Amino acid sequence: KMAEIRRVSYFDQLETAKPDPVFNVLVKFKEDRDQNKVNLSVGAYRNEEGLPWVLPVVRTVEAQMSTDLMLNHEYLPLDGLKAFTDSATKLLLGGDSPAITQNRFCAFQAISGTGSVRVGLQFLNKFLQTDTIYLSKPTWSNHHGIARDTGFANIKEYRYYNPDTKGLDIEGMIADLTSAPENCVVVLHTCAHNPTGVDPNRDQWLRIINVIKERKLFPLMDTAYLGFATGDVDNDAWPVREMVRQGMELFIAQSFAKNFGLYNERVGQLCCVLSSPEVCSAVLSQLKFIGRRLWSNCPHHGARIVATALNNPTLYQEWIDNLTVMTGRIKDMRDGLFQRLKAKGTPGNWDHIVNQIGMFSYTGLNGDQVEYLTKKYHIYLLSSGRINISGLNHANLDYVAAAIHDTVTNIK
Amino acid sequence: FNFITKMATRSERSVWSHLSHGPIDPTFGLFDSYRNDPRPRKVNMAIGIYTDDKGGPYVLPIVKKVERYIVEKELDKEYAGIMGYHAFRQAATELVLGKDSPAIVNKLCATAQTVAGTSALRIIATFLAKLYPYGKTVYMSNHTWPNHPTIFKESGLTVEKYRYYDSSTGGLDTAGLYEDLQKMPEHSIVLFQACGHNPTAVDPKLDEWAEISRICKEQSHFLIFDVTYLGFASGDIEQDAAGIRKLVADGHKLALCQSFSKNMGLYGDRAGNAILVCSSEEEKTIVESQLSLIIRPMYSNPPIHGARIVTEILTNPEFKTEWIKEQREMFDHVFEKRRKLHEALIKTGSTLNWSRVMEQKGWFFFSGITKEQVEKLEKDHGIYMSKNGRIPVVALAAEDIEYVAKAIHEVTRH
Repeated sequence: KMAEIRRVSYFDQLETAKPDPVFNVLVKFKEDRDQNKVNLSVGAYRNEEGLPWVLPVVRTVEAQMSTDLMLNHEYLPLDGLKAFTDSATKLLLGGDSPAITQNRFCAFQAISGTGSVRVGLQFLNKFLQTDTIYLSKPTWSNHHGIARDTGFANIKEYRYYNPDTKGLDIEGMIADLTSAPENCVVVLHTCAHNPTGVDPNRDQWLRIINVIKERKLFPLMDTAYLGFATGDVDNDAWPVREMVRQGMELFIAQSFAKNFGLYNERVGQLCCVLSSPEVCSAVLSQLKFIGRRLWSNCPHHGARIVATALNNPTLYQEWIDNLTVMTGRIKDMRDGLFQRLKAKGTPGNWDHIVNQIGMFSYTGLNGDQVEYLTKKYHIYLLSSGRINISGLNHANLDYVAAAIHDTVTNIK
Repeated sequence: FNFITKMATRSERSVWSHLSHGPIDPTFGLFDSYRNDPRPRKVNMAIGIYTDDKGGPYVLPIVKKVERYIVEKELDKEYAGIMGYHAFRQAATELVLGKDSPAIVNKLCATAQTVAGTSALRIIATFLAKLYPYGKTVYMSNHTWPNHPTIFKESGLTVEKYRYYDSSTGGLDTAGLYEDLQKMPEHSIVLFQACGHNPTAVDPKLDEWAEISRICKEQSHFLIFDVTYLGFASGDIEQDAAGIRKLVADGHKLALCQSFSKNMGLYGDRAGNAILVCSSEEEKTIVESQLSLIIRPMYSNPPIHGARIVTEILTNPEFKTEWIKEQREMFDHVFEKRRKLHEALIKTGSTLNWSRVMEQKGWFFFSGITKEQVEKLEKDHGIYMSKNGRIPVVALAAEDIEYVAKAIHEVTRH
């Protein structure tokens, strides 16, 4: 028996989990010694120097906070820092939102966007009593993992990206949502769709909202790029605000990783717009119970930074200016790449480079072309053809454009 | 357009009409009740949080100093990676196991930075529920932190109790514990608290840990340690970790769920570390890959701020010395409150035996006060505490000690 104990490992039958594909690309990029290498696979904003950029407003607020002797490190309430959730909700819905004035919302701080989606889907799976969820095809890969781990046995995809037009397959999307069973959950991206960069226009949103209402589907709006899509918060928030205006109930998962550049501080919240204050109270109590079993309560540091900035007019303006720097640079890079490909007469239609919105672009490059691009030119992107536009800068634009031109010309 | 506005009636029934309120969290719910009590004389004994003499929040000076130091460094805000900040994981693991632990030297520790202790427990529990090749039942002490059974049940494990606290002696029920460990099916999952047991304040002595180790090895049990009060049982971190280190030295491939909430006062920063001691370096890599599959759909990657503070403190000798000193001061402060409570209880003239106040270890005094007496304390004296009679000595303000002692005497005299 003693010999048995010595030999046995509880987990010697365990298999290595398949490594995260995005992480793998990053590893290969790091190992590459070529001096021309370009990383277009990263999931965070890069500045003109190709470096991470901490927003100046964040540095300002953090410096203030570090010398503030009134701040402590106590537990936050189970639903989070009120100054944060209130200001985040106001940012999302607009201060005059009927959901706010009628007190028909509850807000629950969570571990960034992932945690917000996790708690939201966990709640919906249990209390909508549905095991069916609809995700866009394609979508952020973690949506599938979260849906699976929160008990959705029936994970379906609605058509979304049209590879021929490199735009929205609106008819496919409407058809698929129309055939969805009543009472199931549908996850939508509020703006700057990840990974495609393809967003519905307002008319298309109205059609989508209509189907959701008619089919009695429950929407969870994944909102990771508020203000980061077009630089205009109100514009980016429009789909959510329209749903509220139309009297719908919905959940919104909000992340401040990108729009405040606070990736590793894990700042986010789940905002629930409901039909009455009483329902809000019941929902919030259930969310607290879910959170208690995952992480008990949330970190205060990042939430304080966001709350401080949003609640101070000067700092708020500084944040908007910082946002404009990022979205402005991304737009410049989109234009820059597009102009160069057009000038070269690169085969194909490249309008999507400037039509798509946000940090990511589905270039339309296929697996072989991606492999060629990486092998020959040391340009790293996802095998899906997704690039991070902010990985481009004036130093590498010519190089990348030339590389894409060569790739598309020679590899089919 | 008219069609759309007609659809948008606010009187549409909510899908949630059937929804009821969630269960009120025992700890935070109690705290809420205390807060809402309008009486001027009330005492909050609901939550175990270290407070200064006025009952207010306390930030360790070294923490404030290091926080400023870190902010001045102007570090990035990039994702920490699913498993978290590597230097933190290393430093945290070395703190609890000791730098020369065979588990560390032989690179056997699978680690993950987690959202404080709660997430460490949730991740380990989920890992076991998913991949443990034997029975999916976890055994925990007859009294334990209320969130323990909740977390493990949520993860899909069945929860059972083992005898631990002996209410007749106010100490460890060694006979009951050893017997229960032997009676459990082989390869059972058993949860222990490393030190400063919450709520009983009773810890096994080193020779008792040795016996626990012997039986568990015989039974091939899988051990999980909740490491929340490191430094608060004896005032010395190495001494508090002695039990765990003995078990690791004895070859147990155990799991640890480590929190820096209490010993660094980083409650709101959520700094935690999950450790799984594996059989080989290769297995460690495999286990970490499996843990990452669990973490990614939960919260993707952990919060950096608290982990940076912890790492800076643990890896800078000057900072570490300061921290050890301040943590020891917190311990002394709690011990002093314990002493004062003991004194005040004796002073009331109570004929009950209050010696266990001084025998127990850590933040709490497990008083033996009954549920009815606890209710009376709340009703008649505005004293809010857990129904199991747990008194967080750590949270007693100096001006409340005498009041509390008198009230306890009042409800326990016959």
